[in-house]
Amino acid sequence: MTPETEEALAQMIVAADGPLRIVGGGTRPIGRATGAALSLAGMAGITLYEPGALTLVAKAGTPLAEVQARLAAENQRLAFEPMDHRALLGTSGEPTIGGMVAANVSGPRRITVGACRDFMLGVRFVDGAGHIVKNGGRVMKNVTGYDLVKLLTGSYGTLGVLTEVSLKVLPDVQTQATLVLDGLNDATAVAAMAAALSSPFEVTGAAHDPAAGRTLLRLEGFAASVAYRAQALAGVLAPFGSVTLMDDQAASAALWAAIRDVTAFAGQQGCVWRLSVKASDAPALVAKAGARAVIYDWAGGLVWLLADGDLRARLGDFKGHATLVRGQADVPVFQPEPAPVAALTAGLRAKFDPRGIFNPGMMG
Amino acid sequence: MQMPQPNAGVLSRKDQIVARLAAVLPPDALMSDIAETRAYECDALTAYRCPPLAVVLPSTTEQVSAVLKICHDMGVPVVPRGSGTSLAGGALPTADCVILGVARMTQVIETNYPDRYIRVQTGRTNLSVTGAVEADGFFYAPDPSSQLACAIAGNIAMNSGGAHCLKYGVTTNNLLGVTLVTMDGTVMEIGGAHMDAGGLDLLGVICGSEGQLGVVTEATLRILPKPEGARPVLMGYDSSEVAGQVVTDIIKAGILPVAIEFMDRPCIEATEAFAKAGYPICEALLIVEVEGSPAEIDAQLALIMQIARSHNPVELREAKDADEAGRIWLGRKSAFGAMGQINDYMCLDGTIPVSALPYVLRRIGEMSKEYGLGVGNVFHAGDGNMHPLILFDANKPGDLELCEAFGADILRLCVEVGGCLTGEHGVGIEKRDLMHVQFATADLEAQMAVKDVFDPGWLLNAAKVFPLDSSAPRRAA
Repeated sequence: MTPETEEALAQMIVAADGPLRIVGGGTRPIGRATGAALSLAGMAGITLYEPGALTLVAKAGTPLAEVQARLAAENQRLAFEPMDHRALLGTSGEPTIGGMVAANVSGPRRITVGACRDFMLGVRFVDGAGHIVKNGGRVMKNVTGYDLVKLLTGSYGTLGVLTEVSLKVLPDVQTQATLVLDGLNDATAVAAMAAALSSPFEVTGAAHDPAAGRTLLRLEGFAASVAYRAQALAGVLAPFGSVTLMDDQAASAALWAAIRDVTAFAGQQGCVWRLSVKASDAPALVAKAGARAVIYDWAGGLVWLLADGDLRARLGDFKGHATLVRGQADVPVFQPEPAPVAALTAGLRAKFDPRGIFNPGMMG
Repeated sequence: MQMPQPNAGVLSRKDQIVARLAAVLPPDALMSDIAETRAYECDALTAYRCPPLAVVLPSTTEQVSAVLKICHDMGVPVVPRGSGTSLAGGALPTADCVILGVARMTQVIETNYPDRYIRVQTGRTNLSVTGAVEADGFFYAPDPSSQLACAIAGNIAMNSGGAHCLKYGVTTNNLLGVTLVTMDGTVMEIGGAHMDAGGLDLLGVICGSEGQLGVVTEATLRILPKPEGARPVLMGYDSSEVAGQVVTDIIKAGILPVAIEFMDRPCIEATEAFAKAGYPICEALLIVEVEGSPAEIDAQLALIMQIARSHNPVELREAKDADEAGRIWLGRKSAFGAMGQINDYMCLDGTIPVSALPYVLRRIGEMSKEYGLGVGNVFHAGDGNMHPLILFDANKPGDLELCEAFGADILRLCVEVGGCLTGEHGVGIEKRDLMHVQFATADLEAQMAVKDVFDPGWLLNAAKVFPLDSSAPRRAA
């Protein structure tokens, strides 16, 4: 099924006699979705772009590459730096803006500027009863009614089929540079990243790669400002080890693209877990994880683990959540929720999708 | 303003309700005498007043849970209240309700600098959150104008913004986790010190739900390192179109100021008469503030000044030091007070696409003549959040109603150009009956479906946000 209008989509949903598997670009097959494929490929195109208002509206099936090209032409960008899952998950095809929103996909800059959900201004979607619903809009400050925009973002298609999304965009930067610390252990690296993010020097990326023995801190902005902050931040980091400056813009960008896309795990067999925790908890949890490889992003708040079996059982009772992004394990893909929260989630799914036909295996 | 008929059954059982509440609260945390409850009859939307059945001021999450469970079991409506600074009537009582105030829940529970968060009880005021961390070089970013008085509970309920949200976002972007008590007394943790939801983004929908989904008793808030410095520049133009173009050009140049504030002539004149900040009397005044080290500020301001000059300003003034910066902000910060010196006023809060600014200001000027009521505009220009202040005389019969009609027309205009009814104040009762202008039936049904899940009996703050005719079947059920 490939509807071309919201009305046609609504009719297909009403007429569906079984589960629907909602498909954007098909590049992020996270979770166990079953059912007849419902593709958003027929609903594509940027419907509004006002660079002076930092606003972009696009239909859900719009290729992300098309959006990013339009933004780049005006020297703007999606500041939350959405990850490209293709290398890690071994998928092909074109990521769509709707898929990105449905999975709340962000990247390293999330630590400073916020996630995809923080840049979402509005949605249009069709619920499980075939109602066409809008929420939010195209303006940056909007508290009119409940924020279903956030609720739908990251809902993996379980509450409704997104048809259009509006986003806040930001100016692109003139340049970037990366400060590199070598040979830190995990705990020291997390402490160094915390020190960097507690400085006023506007770090927009903080990652640690134990295998490479490197801790990375990114600065972005106007060239003179980056140069000034690089020097100042090096002073903050000096107590943790020797600091080198990578001020080749392309080399710095390549490093952060690799962190963003977790390319270190791309060719390797086994399960990939995405762990979201309080950064200072991360090293102790990683020590218990039994992982073959680890990448810390978000100053330690996001940990990618190459680890088979039931990671959650090994971590014990921890604060945060672990998602099985790739691979087979006899465990839930999404973090089980405490009973009162699970009851609210189940209640919302029953309200928005009374027949339980949207991606029924997801988020369960 | 129409409010639902109070539930006669609840009113008649007042004594039993108060007795059960007394059993779970310290004596000084419960008020039911009209002499005491009258203090809670309104919030900052003072045109509407109604003393509640009772007021409770719990100190712990356990007490909040016990109160809600009793009210749930006895079918008593509950209106949560932070500091009562809502301009939208978000904390307006009904005669049959228990006001649940969090004013005594002001503790800092945890401060964590390595992970950059603070956990507080939600009765704590916005400014005192920053106060708890600023000696260590941190701050809490959302800064609503009422920050001296307003509580975090209300900030979360209304998803409050402030002048600096162009760079730092609003409450929802700075809220990591909450302890939520639902109407049946269930206590749960949503989110925490980690980032982003694992399941559905319940935190995202709780923030801004105007106290209709549950009572938030504790919150984990993101704190940020203070910038090295900040400095504003002031510019005056002889048309709002030109000022609007300056804003667009600054943003397109890749500069992200922390604040871009706009004032129009009526507002400038009133402010000058009141605060004598030395503003130029012109059609449009902009205050643009940037942050960073002294050298970074110089560099950014140089770019901004260059853009400003290219549009022939009638005045262009760069703050050289903290004293000059203070004077530039003085007028803007006293704008509401200045307007209040002239008259009673009603403050609106619609948001428009920035590109629609000149058209909207022109239409507001025309409508001002049609209604015969003055209006001044203060405006967060970077994000399109308008604050038209309509002047009226509360002692003149019919003037309030005329003012409300004018306000409603301005908000309809905001929606018409692609904006919304409220950018940061919330719907409350004030914009409740205009929700149909922005939302179709299916849009409102989807929102009300969320309340059905959190509060199936529609007991929490139920007369707000949704037009009474839309919510009637649910409130009656």
